Amino acid sequence: MEIPYTATARPDTGLFNAKLGVWMFLASEVMLFGALFSTYVLLRVGAPSWPHGYEILNIPLATLNTVILISSSVTMVMSWASLMMKEFKKYKMYMGLTILLALGFLIVKGFEYGAKFSHGLYPSESTFLAIYFTLTGLHGLHVIGGIIVNTYFWGPGSKMWHTDPQRFTNRVEVAGLYWHFVDLVWIFLFPVMYLL
Amino acid sequence: MSDEETKENSTSPTEAIETAGPHVAAPHVVEHLELGFWRKYVFSTDHKMIGIQYGITGLLFLLFGFSLMLLMRWQLAYPGEAIPFLGELFGPDRMPEGIMLPEFYNQLGAMHGTIMVFLGVVPLAVGAFGNYILPLQIGAIDMAFPKLNMASYWAYFLGGVTMLTSFFVPGGAANSGWTSYAPLAVIATMGQTLWLFGMVFLITSSLLGSINFIVTTIQLRAHGLSFMRLPFFVWAQLVTAFLLLLAFPPLEAAGILQLMDRLAGTSFFLPSGLVVSGVPLEVSGGGSPLLWQHLFWFLAHPEVYVLILPAMGIVAEIIANNTRKTLWGYKSMVYALIFLGFMSFIVWAHHMFLTGMGTTISAFFQTTTMIISIPSIVILTALFLSLWGGSIRFTTPMLFALAFLPMFGIGGLTGLPLGLAPPDIHLHDTYYVIGHFHYIVAPGTLLALFAGIYYWYPKVTGRKLNDTLGKIHFWGSFIFLNGVFMPMFIQGLAGVSRRLYDGGAIYAHAQGVLHLNEFISVSAWLLGLAQIPFIINFFMSMRKGKKVSDNHWEATTLEWAATTSPPLAHGNFATVPEVHRGPYEYSLPGHKKDYTPQNERVEV
Ligand code: HEM
Ligand SMILES: [Cu+2]
Repeated sequence: MEIPYTATARPDTGLFNAKLGVWMFLASEVMLFGALFSTYVLLRVGAPSWPHGYEILNIPLATLNTVILISSSVTMVMSWASLMMKEFKKYKMYMGLTILLALGFLIVKGFEYGAKFSHGLYPSESTFLAIYFTLTGLHGLHVIGGIIVNTYFWGPGSKMWHTDPQRFTNRVEVAGLYWHFVDLVWIFLFPVMYLL
Repeated sequence: MSDEETKENSTSPTEAIETAGPHVAAPHVVEHLELGFWRKYVFSTDHKMIGIQYGITGLLFLLFGFSLMLLMRWQLAYPGEAIPFLGELFGPDRMPEGIMLPEFYNQLGAMHGTIMVFLGVVPLAVGAFGNYILPLQIGAIDMAFPKLNMASYWAYFLGGVTMLTSFFVPGGAANSGWTSYAPLAVIATMGQTLWLFGMVFLITSSLLGSINFIVTTIQLRAHGLSFMRLPFFVWAQLVTAFLLLLAFPPLEAAGILQLMDRLAGTSFFLPSGLVVSGVPLEVSGGGSPLLWQHLFWFLAHPEVYVLILPAMGIVAEIIANNTRKTLWGYKSMVYALIFLGFMSFIVWAHHMFLTGMGTTISAFFQTTTMIISIPSIVILTALFLSLWGGSIRFTTPMLFALAFLPMFGIGGLTGLPLGLAPPDIHLHDTYYVIGHFHYIVAPGTLLALFAGIYYWYPKVTGRKLNDTLGKIHFWGSFIFLNGVFMPMFIQGLAGVSRRLYDGGAIYAHAQGVLHLNEFISVSAWLLGLAQIPFIINFFMSMRKGKKVSDNHWEATTLEWAATTSPPLAHGNFATVPEVHRGPYEYSLPGHKKDYTPQNERVEV
């Protein structure tokens, strides 16, 4: 027997299973990052002195990364929209772009980290650097997770388009929701760590 | 080719069956036979098999965690004396000449708490009962995400293995208490790192599980099963799942930060100027030990409700069934449950009155703590009132369920003084606190979990557990549980601290209540003996127990509409049930039977 509402929405809730599932997952992620941001606030309030992010961190690179990540959210939406319009080739292109942009983000981040390490700035140096590396590192892990999922849907996972297009479209939509969340976390991280 | 054509053109009989798919009954059997041993029993995606896996693993961990405490009780009753026979087996690093070292005592304590809570009670209450019963009660063929369900069990398993391995690394297992307070835990031996990794696995497991429970309950309810027709057990599991979903991530965050402190040399929880064994620590400092407590209790208070709500759910089912009467105030119970779920997120700092948070913050958390006791009392009162005027069947599960009520009552009432800062200043970190929460989780939750095992065993195996052995098990457990925990209130009121290696022997103020230590320990060992009839019963009844019908207890909820041990591979019901009524329609006037199942259409 098939489990119901994997492809179509349940009439009274208006949701298919995976969509509700991903919303629940994101709720828990909000709590995870919420706890870490609260940690940041508590540590900063309790500290006798706290450096300004822009004195230590590289704002131009981070701005570039913000642009990259926002663009990838746009291409992610486009990939889903292409599936809704039944244009599989376009889907492939936009999804591919999303993955490349995400990789670009990681490369830039890698340069940033490398520059810090080469100046001897490690997490153990100060509470500021500790929270900076922890928060951005955890965000980076989320980006890597997103790349893995998206690459699967771009490559082997996309076979489902030919057997169950509705369900495949749903999957891409759900992956997109996750991806926007990863984007959103960065949009909080950027001002909090770099600008304030 | 359209589907129609394929069907007509196919000639081979197997193909015909395949294309006919769900329309015929035969493919079920085919599917069934195809699953090999590994897919069927080990890497199963069927909620019932996963529930059984959780159940057996959870029971084993409960037994293991309990044995750790039995060892500790020797040291508390007879401080510094060698443990006869067993002691020497633990080797000179743990028990030289059979005498327990303080370091090992601390490991046992920390791991007892961790194992009982995270590897024993929660997996049994949520993983086992939730997985097996919830989909059946809502008339679903499985959980919404079977593969995630399997992943959830294996993450739990890995977490358990990590915790067990930690006993064998240099310095032994974690030894900073189940609460892992900083800075002690940050500078502790390697076992603490494994503890943190283990917790990451367990948190992942409960995250996957809770998403699954929520989506399953909301999406896969049978036709006609509206929210106010859900059995109370399902409601309890749903609220529990939300608590797990939202409360665990902050502990995960805290765990990550503590790992950073231990592995990357950061100072999230290390204040400036810390001196360890006379040597100043070489760290950047500036961290906050209190931060750990906030993050930990933000999880751990909701977690205590995770320990109790499923138990309430089980008890509610059994009481309705054995009083042959609907639950008194079902709706108010449901609303109380939801309110309790919300409130449990804003009471956490009642564990921290002694940290000098300031009186304003204390006042806030005292108020919320008093408020949260109201819904608990509503539920307990409703369950008591449900007994009124019922024709009670004193079955074995009912005995356990009935005992739960006063035990939970004692646990809850003794919590009230702890929730007010002035008495808590005296009682904090004493045996009184240990007595308080154990009354809830041991004589409370554990009795309820046993009740659930006796109640649903016939559904899982098709056979009943033996009643004589069951009653011996019940009276033994009930009496000795009280023997263990009641004296702890007396010791705690006298001011005896928890976590003392010698049970308080060197303190003048403890002398008057010291003799109770031996009484408690003997009760604990007898409690261990009282579990033997259960273990025998559990295995013996699988083969020899009395065979029973599909609906042995003449119950109304949907799990009894399925056959006993419903078929694996996503097929629970012969026909998908449809629901026509509320969960507990017992003894309706004018009906022939005294129970009307939820899926029964006929009116009279
Ligand atoms: C009914 C209302 C309840 C109130 C007012 C209450 C209050 C409290 C307070 C204030 C403390 C902290 C005491 C201290 O450390 O000084 C505490 C400890 C504790 N409570 Fe409760 N509680 C209640 C119910 C529960 C329930 C339902 C559970 C479920 C298992 C529970 C489990 C615990 C545990 C495990 C601890 C000790 C944690 C530790 O320090 O290791 N409590 N309770
Ligand atoms: Cu609490």
